[in-house]
Amino acid sequence: MPDAQLAEAAAKTAPATGGEILAVSNLEAWYGESHILHGINFNVNAGEVVTLLGRNGAGKTTTLKSIMGVIGKRTGSVRFNGKELIKSPSDRIARLGVAFCPEERGIFSSLDVRENLLLPPVVRPGGLSLEQIFDLFPNLKERLKSQGTKLSGGEQQMLAIARILRTGASFLMLDEPTEGLAPVIIQQIGHTIARLKKQGFTILLVEQNFRFASTVADRYYIVEHGKIIDGFANSELAANMDKLHTYLGV
Amino acid sequence: MAAETPELKRTGAERESMQALYAQLLVGLINGSFYALLSLGLAVIFGMLNIINFAHGALYMMGAFVAYFLLNIWGINYWWALLLSPIVVGIFGMILERTMLKFLTGLDHLYGLLLTFGLALIIQGVFQNFFGSSGLPYSIPDQLRGGMNLGFMFLPVYRGWVVVFSLVVCLATWFLIERTRLGAYLRAATENPTLVRAFGINVPRMITLTYGLGVGLAALAGVLSAPINQVRPLMGADLIIVVFAVVVIGGMGSIMGSIITGFALGVIEGLTKYFYPEASNTVVFVLMVLVLLVKPTGLTGRAA
Repeated sequence: MPDAQLAEAAAKTAPATGGEILAVSNLEAWYGESHILHGINFNVNAGEVVTLLGRNGAGKTTTLKSIMGVIGKRTGSVRFNGKELIKSPSDRIARLGVAFCPEERGIFSSLDVRENLLLPPVVRPGGLSLEQIFDLFPNLKERLKSQGTKLSGGEQQMLAIARILRTGASFLMLDEPTEGLAPVIIQQIGHTIARLKKQGFTILLVEQNFRFASTVADRYYIVEHGKIIDGFANSELAANMDKLHTYLGV
Repeated sequence: MAAETPELKRTGAERESMQALYAQLLVGLINGSFYALLSLGLAVIFGMLNIINFAHGALYMMGAFVAYFLLNIWGINYWWALLLSPIVVGIFGMILERTMLKFLTGLDHLYGLLLTFGLALIIQGVFQNFFGSSGLPYSIPDQLRGGMNLGFMFLPVYRGWVVVFSLVVCLATWFLIERTRLGAYLRAATENPTLVRAFGINVPRMITLTYGLGVGLAALAGVLSAPINQVRPLMGADLIIVVFAVVVIGGMGSIMGSIITGFALGVIEGLTKYFYPEASNTVVFVLMVLVLLVKPTGLTGRAA
């Protein structure tokens, strides 16, 4: 089905492919006293899948949280579709069409699956309908009445992604969506990301699992000690493998 | 009369004794209504704001006073007071939240306790300054005067009304929180306010409204109690101690839990008044100690 419908849905929300949708410059962030990001610079174009790679604690998750505005203190500049976000609270950022799927997934235990799915308010027209979501994630349809946290890890991840597709946000930030999941589920999530990309969604991905990232990403940035130290396109991947191994220590 | 047999006498005494039992049960149910309305508000507030609202009793008292002012200054009757007093006191509560309580976010519970306890003392002090400690009368509205003979007991209409109306309000609040979209936001924000906000929901505004809702329930209980207990500056201070015991017994986690515990403890208190009056003032606290020993999170509470 509904690839055509999906495309239509995403096309309504995303600007023409190719234009810069997110520009991060000199972004610094703090957790309380600790200074985590020391001047992050990168950009994401509409329709791309961009992956942030790096070791544990390099600042990848903090970068996503800083864009989303859910971190205590941040400075620098985050421009989304030309609008400066650095001073905005997270609810306003979400209303502009930025959606965030956290690493811990954030499924609510006091809500059933349907309530979890319907929780994020629609911020603009053109989001996926429930039928389209159930087409992507058939498992969810059968578990609508279950308590959110009674789902398996893979189902919870699907629910966490599914609920932000409804909102009409065209820019998705996914924090380690494959963490702790079985290979077959990882594959399913990979297919989903590829399909969303095909339909025009712009995706900023954080991954430890480089093998997975390489199946979906257009471009990569390497994060180390709170800075972007390198970046290359998927087509340059082979030429950069050695460097990458050094960066990631694999 | 000379023909009256000992059996008949006994049944007469028994009937009288049963009537006393029913009367105490009714008193228990009425107290239970207030416990339920107040502990429900405390539970909702604790869930969203993470604050143990010691000002709750003072705000309950304000609810009764607003009804008193409405009637005696503007001639606005009981029925309007049921609506207006919770709104007025709710707005007052929201101002407190915006100007003071919100700055306690992320701090230890102790700060919230100290601030709200201080607020309670100030509010009560101000009212005592102007109205002393004795009760002001608030009469039962005409439509709810009189009583009904139920056959086994005499039921004053107003008292029946308090029990039924409180139950309806409690269940409506439960429905709002557990079964509606707005309630889903509230439950989700109780679990993870940061994420709910990152979905585009104005959580700070929701917190303010939640405090207003909890406080409004307390004020509503105050209006309901005005014709029964009179309007006194310390009416809340006396009640709130028991309500906190109710909350400890029921646990902070669950809405239905606080409703059921509220009514149940009222009834248990009433039964104790009948069977062993000496213990009626302490039974709730004895139960609290027992529950704390066996299940420190309360009967329906979740681990903190």
